[in-house]
Amino acid sequence: MSQPQNHAQRSDLFLLDEERTTWHDETLWFVRQKRDRAVYATPEFQELRQLASDIKDHTLSRLAEYLEQFEDAALANGVRVHWAADAAEHNRIVLGIVRQAGASRVVKSKSMLTEECHLNPHLLAHGVEVIDSDLGERIIQLRDEAPSHVVLPAIHLKKEDVGETFWQHLGTEKGLTDPQQLTEAARQHLRAKFLAAEVAISGVNFAIAETGSVVVCTNEGNADLAIGLARVHIACMGMEKLLPRLSDLAVFTRLLTRSATGQPITTYTSHFTKPLPGRELHVVIVDNGRSQQLGRPDFRASLKCIRCGACMNTCPVYRRSGGHSYDFTIPGPIGAILSPNIDMRKHASLPFASTLCGSCTDVCPVKIDIHTQLYKWRQVLGAEGMLPASKKYSMKLLSRVLARPALFKAGGAAARLGLRFVPHALSHAPGYNPWAIARELPAPPKQSFRDWHAAQAATPAPTV
Amino acid sequence: MKVALFVPCYVDQFYPQVAIASLQLLAKLGVAAAFPKQQTCCGQPMANSGCEQDAKPVYHHFVDTFQDYDYVVGPAGSCVYHVRQHFDIIDQTPAVQHVRTATVELFDFITQVLGVTEIPGRYPHKVGLHLSCHGQRGLHQANESEMTPVRDGQLRRLLAGLDGLELTELDRNDECCGFGGTFCVSEAGISARMGQDRVADHLRHGTQVLTGGDMSCLMHLEGIVRRRQLPLRVLHAAEILNGALA
Repeated sequence: MSQPQNHAQRSDLFLLDEERTTWHDETLWFVRQKRDRAVYATPEFQELRQLASDIKDHTLSRLAEYLEQFEDAALANGVRVHWAADAAEHNRIVLGIVRQAGASRVVKSKSMLTEECHLNPHLLAHGVEVIDSDLGERIIQLRDEAPSHVVLPAIHLKKEDVGETFWQHLGTEKGLTDPQQLTEAARQHLRAKFLAAEVAISGVNFAIAETGSVVVCTNEGNADLAIGLARVHIACMGMEKLLPRLSDLAVFTRLLTRSATGQPITTYTSHFTKPLPGRELHVVIVDNGRSQQLGRPDFRASLKCIRCGACMNTCPVYRRSGGHSYDFTIPGPIGAILSPNIDMRKHASLPFASTLCGSCTDVCPVKIDIHTQLYKWRQVLGAEGMLPASKKYSMKLLSRVLARPALFKAGGAAARLGLRFVPHALSHAPGYNPWAIARELPAPPKQSFRDWHAAQAATPAPTV
Repeated sequence: MKVALFVPCYVDQFYPQVAIASLQLLAKLGVAAAFPKQQTCCGQPMANSGCEQDAKPVYHHFVDTFQDYDYVVGPAGSCVYHVRQHFDIIDQTPAVQHVRTATVELFDFITQVLGVTEIPGRYPHKVGLHLSCHGQRGLHQANESEMTPVRDGQLRRLLAGLDGLELTELDRNDECCGFGGTFCVSEAGISARMGQDRVADHLRHGTQVLTGGDMSCLMHLEGIVRRRQLPLRVLHAAEILNGALA
């Protein structure tokens, strides 16, 4: 079978396992329900969303100023600040810091940015051991897979899958599925890596322009352990992670985990401002397409994203197609509006991987109009000639018909007549009619409403 | 008050009984709605497919057809939402602006314009209400589970007011059915799976009659019900309310 080309084809592979699809859908719906309970218990939640949205809009409108303010404050704190225009430069900078430190062992805590930049393969290719220390990240790293979710990177895997992976890579007992024992095995394995690491790499949840500090949120404490032990800390951040003031942060810490997992706050919310004596703290600020997105008025707001994953948990498509069906670092609805900015042709099917139900927009803690942007990306893709030919020409034809009442009337009558007399096996042939793979077509009535209405008018009868 | 009935293209061709019920229901409530017969479609199928530019002649045709009416009433939240929300890409002449605000969903028209919040009648069945996303989240016709645990909405109240009618309480009150316009064929696998899950939620909780304000969602769900030969009737809410009202 040839490689799947688009979201629909990749989804079909996921859907083959009906039971696993059900499990995946229910697992993520469970997370969505936890989010709902946390939201319902916070009466000011909608005000917080508005405030967060306003703060992010404001920050993006003056991003250059805040970036400079951040750099000045960070430098004054003894932090080394690096700027990377793209993924390649980011990877070069990080490798350079690692080499300068004379290091060959790195532990990394969770960072979608380094996934986006494909940092791990770059470091490995240059002889640096890099170990992901977040449990979910470590599981998929052992399996050589990409994360399928921004907060729950291994959510596509069951405990049986993890048991199999740990048996293969960590030498646990075959068939072990007890989560506590599996976690303990991971802890023991990772503890040795933490102790040996010379450099700790982390992501950044928020960067504060006023203080020059970066804030890292984790539930496992893995970032803190790694950073506390290693001599060198490299914090990698997308340039949109800024907040103007430290006091703005409270709005976001209240929203982030309530939206992500339904917790009131992450277990660890760590602020890194100055390196300890004898230690180094580096911050790498990455553009990698963000300036270009900032320059697209219809899509700028996508940069407000705080990577909570709520849009994935709520998306009825994501829950049934899995994160890998998006074939992009950030899956789900937010990934579908970020990815065309990076490579429009490659990701052309993603804005169509949605019913435009709008649930993503309603859960988004920073009020990104995700479903509106999905609709607008469709128009951009249409204008750029990136729609499948079948869609393009059928829509042109449909438009001609629908602008001409007589054609519409004749076409409708022909379709109804056709459906009544064409054999069911032909009208419902799955090869020609994707509707009919799982559904019956409507039973065609003899008369359209307009025919009925005309007949009523011709023979005035008592109404009703 | 000059009122036109806007009958979505697929309703005209495949579900004439829904348009007939809408017309009759309005008549019983004292509104004689006209049916301008040059009407075709709102243009949503093209626009949702990324061909908004191709839809422009259809938008103009819609405005030309309906500009002389005070209200344009359609039994389809999704089509109404499209006119109100997405006719922003053509010149905003007074006629366009008027048609965009005058186009109203049937149950919004009944409850908000006519001020009718209760329809006397009897319908002794267990009814499952399927909220259309464009009606609920687009036109704000019902509360959203993303915001509040309270399940409320105008159509829910109208139906609950009928004697003998019991509403089904679903596990997922406002999950999308997976129709999504051309999504239903371009992502046929996911679309079908979503619809199957939606129908299963109704069956699990005893729905006998599945209804809603948007025949497009219902066409998709009915297609699944009929393929699997499930014990469910699928009716537009206008059919239920018109049938119940003497």
